[in-house]
Amino acid sequence: MTADQPVPADTAAAPSDVDRFGYLLALGDDALIAAQRLAEWTANAPELEEDVALANIALDQLGQARLLLSYAAEVEGAGRDEDSLAYLRDEREFRNCLLVEQPNGDFAVTIAKLLFLAAYQHGLYGALRASTDRRLAAIAAKATKETAYHVEHAALWTKRLGDGTQVGHERMTDAVALVWPYTHELFTPWVPDGLVAAGVAVDPASLRAGWLSTVEPVLAEATVERPDDGWRPGGGRDGVHTEAMGFLLAELQYLHRSHPGASW
Amino acid sequence: MVTAPHPAEPRVRSGDDAWAAAAAVPDPELQVVTIAELGILRDVSAGPDGVVVTITPTYSGCPALAVIAEDVGRAVAGTGVSDVDVRVVLDPPWSSDDITADGRRKLAEAGIAPPGPAGTAGPVALPLAVRCPRCGSTETVELSRFSAAPCTALWRCASCAEPFDRVKEH
Repeated sequence: MTADQPVPADTAAAPSDVDRFGYLLALGDDALIAAQRLAEWTANAPELEEDVALANIALDQLGQARLLLSYAAEVEGAGRDEDSLAYLRDEREFRNCLLVEQPNGDFAVTIAKLLFLAAYQHGLYGALRASTDRRLAAIAAKATKETAYHVEHAALWTKRLGDGTQVGHERMTDAVALVWPYTHELFTPWVPDGLVAAGVAVDPASLRAGWLSTVEPVLAEATVERPDDGWRPGGGRDGVHTEAMGFLLAELQYLHRSHPGASW
Repeated sequence: MVTAPHPAEPRVRSGDDAWAAAAAVPDPELQVVTIAELGILRDVSAGPDGVVVTITPTYSGCPALAVIAEDVGRAVAGTGVSDVDVRVVLDPPWSSDDITADGRRKLAEAGIAPPGPAGTAGPVALPLAVRCPRCGSTETVELSRFSAAPCTALWRCASCAEPFDRVKEH
């Protein structure tokens, strides 16, 4: 080997554990915060079957969050676990997108949020089944099946509300317009290049075409106008959250912080 | 109904006490079937450090998994094994096709409609001609894709008017 040869490629081949930890954390935080919001509907949904459905979807999200955060903690190797990551981090340390932390609003807003999130997660997890990180691929394989139900459930409600009564149509249209700007953050670049190059992660921008091909036909069938792309709020992946996040964490973390190690 | 062999199906070890003990553990949410019949018991192997039992969840968030792990540990320890390690694997993911023929029969007898083939037609498998487990009628409607357990949906029979749970294709 001569001195003028390029630097061996193996420095780029292995992504750092810091990057991998951050990626798993963001995916896990999306699922955890979505679960917390959905669980707020338990005993409050418009009908009993919907209570059960949203609680089930919350449970799927929580299950995915536990798998992802447990793995993140192991990758970090700093002695933390899924509970300390969920209950003992402060707002600025959470990496979830702003979409999932937004208040539930009326039922149509919750359905719009669920449709957009589930369509994103279904595409993401579907692609991650081929991740070179085998443990992440295994988590994604389970989550792909589960998020298919979430997409279907949200799509059914979007059509039922949007193409139903005048009031339902107006509320669903308002909800989609309210939530749409927060979907841009899902596809803006935030994943370190090394993770994508190593086949561990998926480039977020590559997921938007598939997402639109799921979401746009649902909106069309629901006779709900697809909003123009304008305002693009972001910052969640850097830990900069909206006002809603602090209140959500206060409820999520209160018990564990006030009574460390509590069990029943 | 004959179920095609699935790669996840564990080997049959009829003479193995630890296997038999683990396989006989009932599922906490669908108590009429054992974890072997449900297809979530993947392996039982004895090594120098004791017995390792491998199970897999139906859904990521299945709340019964911790209880199942405890029950399995206790059952295997009851055969005189001093060291039992229960491990959870995700790969390959559980499919409703992993439910055995015996498991399907027991579910139906208990009023829980067994799933059809999971198939690959679409993102979410659509069940065809769901039979009421009580009266056998196919005049049935889905009330909700979600029910009391993550793996079940809520249905109703239009003939006998009874609601029933149904294990989802997954």
